[in-house]
Amino acid sequence: MCVALPGTVISCDGDSAVVDFSGNRVRAKTGLVDVAPGDKVLVHAGCVLQKMREEEAVELERLFKELGDVG
Amino acid sequence: MSDEALAAVKARLKAYDGPRMRIMEVCGSHTAAIVKNGIPGLLSKQIELVAGPGCPVCVTPTDYIDRLIALSQEENTCVVTFGDLLRVPGSAGTLMQAKNAGGRAEMVYSPFDILAMAQAEPATTFIFAAVGFETTAPVYALLLDQIVEAHIENIRFLTALKTMPPVIDALCAGGADVQGLIAPGHVAVVIGSDAFKPLAEAYQLPFGVAGFSGMHLLYAIDGIVRARGRGTVMNFYPEAVTPTGNVKAQDLVAKYFEPGDALWRGIGVIPGSGLFLKPAVQCFDMGSQALQHDHPMNAACRCGEVLRGAIAPQDCPLFKTACTPLHPQGACMVSAEGNCLSVYNQN
Repeated sequence: MCVALPGTVISCDGDSAVVDFSGNRVRAKTGLVDVAPGDKVLVHAGCVLQKMREEEAVELERLFKELGDVG
Repeated sequence: MSDEALAAVKARLKAYDGPRMRIMEVCGSHTAAIVKNGIPGLLSKQIELVAGPGCPVCVTPTDYIDRLIALSQEENTCVVTFGDLLRVPGSAGTLMQAKNAGGRAEMVYSPFDILAMAQAEPATTFIFAAVGFETTAPVYALLLDQIVEAHIENIRFLTALKTMPPVIDALCAGGADVQGLIAPGHVAVVIGSDAFKPLAEAYQLPFGVAGFSGMHLLYAIDGIVRARGRGTVMNFYPEAVTPTGNVKAQDLVAKYFEPGDALWRGIGVIPGSGLFLKPAVQCFDMGSQALQHDHPMNAACRCGEVLRGAIAPQDCPLFKTACTPLHPQGACMVSAEGNCLSVYNQN
């Protein structure tokens, strides 16, 4: 039930945005996050829940290095 | 992460021969993703995954279903809900059966669909069945914000909203046999990975916040195994989860909801584990606080132990006999994220 899907904001209009999911475009509410066209976002129950960040690879590398140090 | 890193993770998980690790996931979407990706087959026999109370529909007591059914049968009312709830058994049947017998219940994919329904039929009271965890609570709060702002008078809520840290706390305090937890990724998107720190430290357990791909889950399980015995929270879903979460969403939830004691089907009342509409917006509530009883349809149903991770679905005498997806005896066999249905489909 906590399913949320990643998509890309195509356009914003008042309190909602059009979000593209691999070609399938859906309107989602934007009241929980400030978004702009081009943003990667997570959508849950018709609502943008969070913006996705790009730096995840770096953070995962860092976490794995730390685990390597202790494990 | 590189292909080599993933290969190293897979090799380590298969070869692990340290102390036994029983790792609990507390998110129904994780349970479903673990089954879909065949994760248990990729792990050493020393690593066991066990599903906890991560399906909000499954932990909703029969009183709640009974109340929805009663509301659907009243004059000029319509219950609006996500699909799963239509088939969950109450003490005497399901909402779907009530609908087929003349009650009014409509399924939606987004709670915001209720706005157009309410505007099209001003003489009907539309009641949203607001079930969910921290992930969904902000969506209801945003909807409420719009209802208040637009002075819409014919929408109400019947809430069964629950929060994750208190139930994890209750399971750990009750002596659950787990050595690590896969923290729910989309709950963490809202509340932040730091929300699990007090639990990790209190019980000296590693928590791995995970996303929903097979790769996400493998990284998290590997991290949890490597951090065995340490009270730490690791974020393996940093593209979506931050330490503090979505503060705007948290603030909106706090504007309309307050914590209260909540009944979890098969588990019991857990202090502070529910979210209820605040006194200032009680006028939108249809009696959510009074729903404090659970009446299993079948006395032999062991949903409670399944939800606590104490037994596997196969250990219930009703599993695949009296209890099947077509004739579910408990909610765990109904929801796509239910522990019993996930295992049923796997076999």
